[in-house]
Amino acid sequence: MELPDRVVEQIPRLRRYARALLRGNTPAADDLVQDCLERALGRLHFWRSGSDLRAWLFTIMHNLYVNQLRRNHSGPQFVELLEEESTVAAPGGAESATTLRELQRALDGLPAEQREVLLLVALEGLRYQEAATILGIPVGTVMSRLARARQQLRQQLAQERDGPLRRVK
Amino acid sequence: MRHRAPITRGDLNAYLDDELSPERRAEVAHYLATHPEAEAELAEYRRVDRALHQLFDPVLAEPIPPQLRPSRRSPWRAAAAAAGWLLLGGSLGWGLHPTARAPLLAEQPLSEQLVQPAAFAHTVYTTDPRHPVEVSAADEHHLVSWLSLRLHADLRAPDLTTLGYHLVGGRLLPATDRMAAQFMYERADATRITLYLRRGPWQEATTLFHFEHSQGLGVFYWVEGGLGYAVTGPLAQGDLLALAEAVFQQLRGEPAAAAALPVGSH
Repeated sequence: MELPDRVVEQIPRLRRYARALLRGNTPAADDLVQDCLERALGRLHFWRSGSDLRAWLFTIMHNLYVNQLRRNHSGPQFVELLEEESTVAAPGGAESATTLRELQRALDGLPAEQREVLLLVALEGLRYQEAATILGIPVGTVMSRLARARQQLRQQLAQERDGPLRRVK
Repeated sequence: MRHRAPITRGDLNAYLDDELSPERRAEVAHYLATHPEAEAELAEYRRVDRALHQLFDPVLAEPIPPQLRPSRRSPWRAAAAAAGWLLLGGSLGWGLHPTARAPLLAEQPLSEQLVQPAAFAHTVYTTDPRHPVEVSAADEHHLVSWLSLRLHADLRAPDLTTLGYHLVGGRLLPATDRMAAQFMYERADATRITLYLRRGPWQEATTLFHFEHSQGLGVFYWVEGGLGYAVTGPLAQGDLLALAEAVFQQLRGEPAAAAALPVGSH
C-alpha cells in the first residue's frame, strides 16, 4: 500500500484523539488533524521506513498541540461535547449521558499533560513506552500522570453515581 | 521468597494496562483477590476507560471530512510521488497489501496458532446449547469494549447482516500466553460462524488471505496489524470467502490499537 493510504487509514484515530484532546471542539480538532497531516506529508522523507507510522503521526500532533497551547494561553474554549440526540438509548453496561457529561467535564478539568497521557493509553491503547516516546517524557512520568488522571476521573464518576465521594484507600 | 514491594496505585494502573512483569502481575492479582477495596478501585478504572471509549469512539465511525481526504488531484499525491512512495503501490485482490516491509509468515505456525485454536473454539462454543457466548449481542457495546481492553486492540464486531448473519455475542479466550476473542454469528437456519481474533508472536506482520480445512470446518485466516483473524464455519469456500471479505473490509479501516507495538515484551 502506498504511504498516503497508510496515512489516510490513521485519520479516524487522529480525529478521535484530537477531539478528546480539544474538549470535543470538532472544528478545532479537525484543524489540528489537518495541520498534522500536512506536516506529515511535507516530511515524509523524514519518516523512517519500518518505524511505527501511527506513533510518528501522534508525535507530530502532540508537538502541534503543545505549540497551540503555548500560543493560546487561555486554552481552547469549552464546547459541550454531547449533542442532545446522542444522549439516548445507552446500550447495556454503558454509561448514561449525564455520567458521560460528568466525565467530559472531569477530563476537561485535567491538566493538559495528564489528559494527553490518559488519552494515549486508555483511549488509544498505546503502551507506556510508546506514549513516553510520543510525549518526550520518561516512562515513570507517564505512569504517575496516568495514575493521577485515572484517579481524578474515577472519583468524578463515583461521585456522579453515589452522590458524595466515597473514600477508597 | 524475595521481598515484595507494596502494591501501589501505579501497580493497579499497570495491571489494567497489562504493563507488569508476570511475577508482579501475579502479586497484584493476589493482592486484588484479598483486598476488595482495591478490586473495586480497579473496577472503577475500567469503568473510566470504557466511558472514555463510549465518549469518543463514535468519532471513528464519522465520515472523514473532505478537507482531510486527499484526492487524486490533491497536493498529497504529488508530495507522496515526490517522496517516491507511489512506487510501493500496486493494487492487489481484495485490497490486500503485504508491503515491502511486512514479512510474510510461514504458514505452518499460523495453522497451529490461529487455525486450529479458532476451529476448536468454534466447535466447542457453537454447539453449546446453553452458553454459546459469554456476553450476548444485547450487550454488544460492553462486549466490544471489554474484549478491546483485554486484547489491547480496538475491536469492532463486524456487521454481517447483509450476508444474513446476526451477531449472537462473544467471549474472551486464552491463547497460549496471550488473549483471544471470539465473535459468534448466526443465520436464520441456525448455521453459526465465528470470527476469532488473537494476539500472537507475529508482531507487525501482514499476510494474505489463506484458506484451510480444519476439523471439518472451513477457515479463512490472515494476520494484520498485530492481530490474527480467522473466520470459521461449516460453509463452502466461496460462501465463507464472502464473509471473510466483509470482515476484512469492515475492520481494515480500523487497525488494531496496539498494532505496531511489541507484543512479546510482557
